[in-house]
Amino acid sequence: MENVIYGINGPVVTVKDTSSFSMMEMVYVGDEKLVGEIIGINSKFTTVQVYEETTGLKPGDPIVGTGAPMNVTLGPGIIDNIFDGIERPLKAIEESSGSFIKRGASVSSLDEEKKWQVKITVNVGDVVDGGQIYATLPETPIIEHRCLVPYGLKGKVIFSSGDGEYKINDKVITVEGEDGKTHDLTLCQKWPIRTPRPVKNRLSATVPLITGQRIIDTLFPISKGGTAAIPGGFGTGKTMTQHQLAKWCDADIIVYVGCGERGNEMSQVLYEFAELIDPKSNRPMTDRTVLIANTSNMPVAAREASIYTGITLAEYYRDMGYHVAIMADSTSRWAEALREISGRLEEMPAEEGFPAYLPSRLSEFYERAGRASVLSGGEGSVSIIGAVSPQGADFSEPVTQNTKRFTRCFWALDKALAYARHYPAINWITSYSEYFTDLDPWFIENLGNDFMEYRSKINSLLQEENRLMEIVKLIGTDVLPDDQKLVIETSRVIRVGFLQQNAFHAEDTFVPLEKQKLMMKTILYLHSRAKHLVANAIPISKITELGLFDKLTKMKYDIPNNKLEMFNDLIKEIDDKLATIS
Amino acid sequence: MIIDYVGVEEINGSLIVLDGVKDAIFEEMVDIRLDNGSFRHGRIVQMEGERIVVQVFEGTRQISLENTRTRLTARPMEMPLSPEIIGRVFNGAGRPIDGMGEIFPQTHRNVNGTPINPVSRIYPKNYINTGISTIDTLTTLIRGQKLPIFSGSGMKHNELAVQIVRQAKISGANDKNFGVVFAAMGVKNDVAEYFRKSFEDSGVLQRVVMFLNLSNDPIIERTLTPRCALTVAEYLAFELNMHILVIMTDMTSYAEALREFSSSKGEIPGRKGYPGYLYSDLASLYERAGMVKGSTGSVTQIPILTMPNDDITHPVPDLTGYITEGQIVLDRSLQGQGLYPPVDVLPSLSRLMKDGIGEGFTRGDHSPLANQLFASYSKVIDARSLASVIGEEELSPVDKKYIQFGKLFESLFVNQGPNANRSIEQSLDLGWDLLSTLPKAELDRVDDVILNKYYKDGIDPSQIG
Repeated sequence: MENVIYGINGPVVTVKDTSSFSMMEMVYVGDEKLVGEIIGINSKFTTVQVYEETTGLKPGDPIVGTGAPMNVTLGPGIIDNIFDGIERPLKAIEESSGSFIKRGASVSSLDEEKKWQVKITVNVGDVVDGGQIYATLPETPIIEHRCLVPYGLKGKVIFSSGDGEYKINDKVITVEGEDGKTHDLTLCQKWPIRTPRPVKNRLSATVPLITGQRIIDTLFPISKGGTAAIPGGFGTGKTMTQHQLAKWCDADIIVYVGCGERGNEMSQVLYEFAELIDPKSNRPMTDRTVLIANTSNMPVAAREASIYTGITLAEYYRDMGYHVAIMADSTSRWAEALREISGRLEEMPAEEGFPAYLPSRLSEFYERAGRASVLSGGEGSVSIIGAVSPQGADFSEPVTQNTKRFTRCFWALDKALAYARHYPAINWITSYSEYFTDLDPWFIENLGNDFMEYRSKINSLLQEENRLMEIVKLIGTDVLPDDQKLVIETSRVIRVGFLQQNAFHAEDTFVPLEKQKLMMKTILYLHSRAKHLVANAIPISKITELGLFDKLTKMKYDIPNNKLEMFNDLIKEIDDKLATIS
Repeated sequence: MIIDYVGVEEINGSLIVLDGVKDAIFEEMVDIRLDNGSFRHGRIVQMEGERIVVQVFEGTRQISLENTRTRLTARPMEMPLSPEIIGRVFNGAGRPIDGMGEIFPQTHRNVNGTPINPVSRIYPKNYINTGISTIDTLTTLIRGQKLPIFSGSGMKHNELAVQIVRQAKISGANDKNFGVVFAAMGVKNDVAEYFRKSFEDSGVLQRVVMFLNLSNDPIIERTLTPRCALTVAEYLAFELNMHILVIMTDMTSYAEALREFSSSKGEIPGRKGYPGYLYSDLASLYERAGMVKGSTGSVTQIPILTMPNDDITHPVPDLTGYITEGQIVLDRSLQGQGLYPPVDVLPSLSRLMKDGIGEGFTRGDHSPLANQLFASYSKVIDARSLASVIGEEELSPVDKKYIQFGKLFESLFVNQGPNANRSIEQSLDLGWDLLSTLPKAELDRVDDVILNKYYKDGIDPSQIG
């Protein structure tokens, strides 16, 4: 019996009296074959959320099941591509339907005509297991794509087409499974987006994700396979911070999910990343980037799916043995999509109209992050950095609060800092990272014990400044004793010269850890020398007159990243100038 | 065969429910004829089998369970379009009210529009010179941007919008390919008249398309007004290659209309009673700004919204700020001091300015100057709050300099009057003059090369301006 539409309410469509669908099954709705997903079933009604505009549908239009859950195609051609929330390539849609997205665009996710130079890595007679690599090919000049045996399949290779040029749907090997059935493997496979891909075993978070952003790397580091939340009101620089991380962090592959955000932002990413050359590989950033763009005016149900599509693509590359970082901008828009659909289903709302299952959905998403031994051998990771857009910049709202529970880094963006154009506007008092203890051994091994020492000193100076500022707000700096004035002066250097980082400055946009360490060292050196002088009753005003503090606030620009020996000159200058007054 | 459905099942607010309707299409338009001969228009907003819910644009007053005949039109809500549309005046639902007859359409477009493919967007980079120092220097308006004015009742947002229209120099635009689309939603007749007269005075009235939904017009029409206006704007920009400035006022009234409609549908309310989809709904309007490949035109939006109780965290400004590419915030105390335009620079922002200014666009020192002005002015606020506790006399010499800088900045830079049209060089130079009243060491956002070039040692504060 053919199933037909009964009711329509925005993106939610109902079917009456049917038992032919299963939960989360992907369906085609109407004559234009709009993509939808089954989200509710009872004896009377089956509920479908439709991923496209429903204008023009009518009761009686057909609904056809696909028999499989909502899934994505995994294979070569994902990198350097831009997809919508359900993995439809936007460039191909542009070619077929012009500048405006028409409904029911049926284009395949990956280029089916392109030929890839494939190297088969298994031989006839080999026994292969799920997750194992059977073929490799250069997807971009810097990323080798590794085709993985579908999970759950184990058996003997009985045919191999040999190395050569193949399209993604060409058969390259045939595996005889343990059950005796034969399986033809092409260069691509399907995976349901809401199911995490399996790994051999999870590893602990002991390697940092280096971002080149000073406040993150030194004060609030994130590990490879870690999770971080960036909450902030509008205009505080969430997107800028995400862009900076996407550009500079030392992951192999970036998945950038623009979830319910601005269209111009996506065109900015496209334009900037294509121009920007990755210093490590000397190739454009797009060679390691996948974009998923579901802008705020695109259908809301696809926005809900875009996060899962993104994480599934990320997991796929992790399974090949890559370190992947996924930027989700913004998870609040995703939560709002949940709320909107929940409202249409007339579910009982919990806090602020959000559905009661918001926390479990958020935790399901963030738990898909992690560093792991993967089934193909080797190690990979997925790090999740999610932006949160709290209503009215109020961090007590449900999305921020629940995200806080499931992420281990919290980079709180501050409106007052953003107003003063202090970027990144990460507040050093309210932010935190729980990865310290996990990462400490790595920092000690690679940067030495002194790095840790500098970090804790910087931290305590900032804390002390914060306390002193309470007093300063009431009575001004003039009445403070000189040693406390020094703390304020040094903290100013830390804030302006160290924590503040200029994304548009060629030297300052990315700073290697070694330079970060030397900057801290120099600031603390000046502080301890000055402290000594102040203790010997030399007035602080005489020290500040030397201009050393101002000099240090500009060392981030003055000392290029490849001339770190210049810090020695700076230390010498400090010694020389202080000698004139002591 | 055309069927008239007689009577309705249920009436609730602006919604009517009909049963036994065959072959209806989701979101199609319906015509409703009352027995007294008057016509109403409506749109199907929900369907369950043969039961349909229709939203009546003109309201349900006088409708009874029996006195209507409803006819399906089999078309979604469309706007008739032709180049002759320029200079015309429409009501909130897109019907001509200037007495010049119906539009002779060359084409029709669904008012909901279709989303622009992000791949097809051209990243906006060309700045629009508005002649207003605060906007040009600190929150530069870019062609294809959506930059709202956050204001409050009684503030001079209308004057500012008019001044922008009058003074805006869009690169690539001339008399022929420049146009304004003006959408009034729930504003007073006086406000609509003010805009009309200002457009006339500045000689652009022939290039304006007006949509007027005044405060006593039906609220359901109000939810259509910006959609009709943007459909026209998109047509003019992307098909006729014009540069279109869209002024939409007042977005708060629009959102309230949406709230009223939502609650009559019995939807679960979100914050402050606004529907949970307010973000998506506003985005479906604001995202219709921009430029697309294959067209030389552009849609630049300047929505105006009044913040209830001047509260920037109210859902309407809050969600707007999350969608638009920055905001220009007006401040009541600046206006109280008689300063115009009363732009509160610290919360104001333009997200697109970073790529549209600097060498080749404005001047190489623009970006560091803007950063420094923001940073220094934020210190002024700190110094003032300290002064309010300990008194100005007790401040340190540097803080006193900041207090002086703050006064000069507000009275000379922010304040410029409704008729002053400053070039970008004038604005930037004025910015440097003001910064030069501060000690050089305080200017920590500028690198030394630029600082040495533009900093004026020993400037006399009384000689600036």
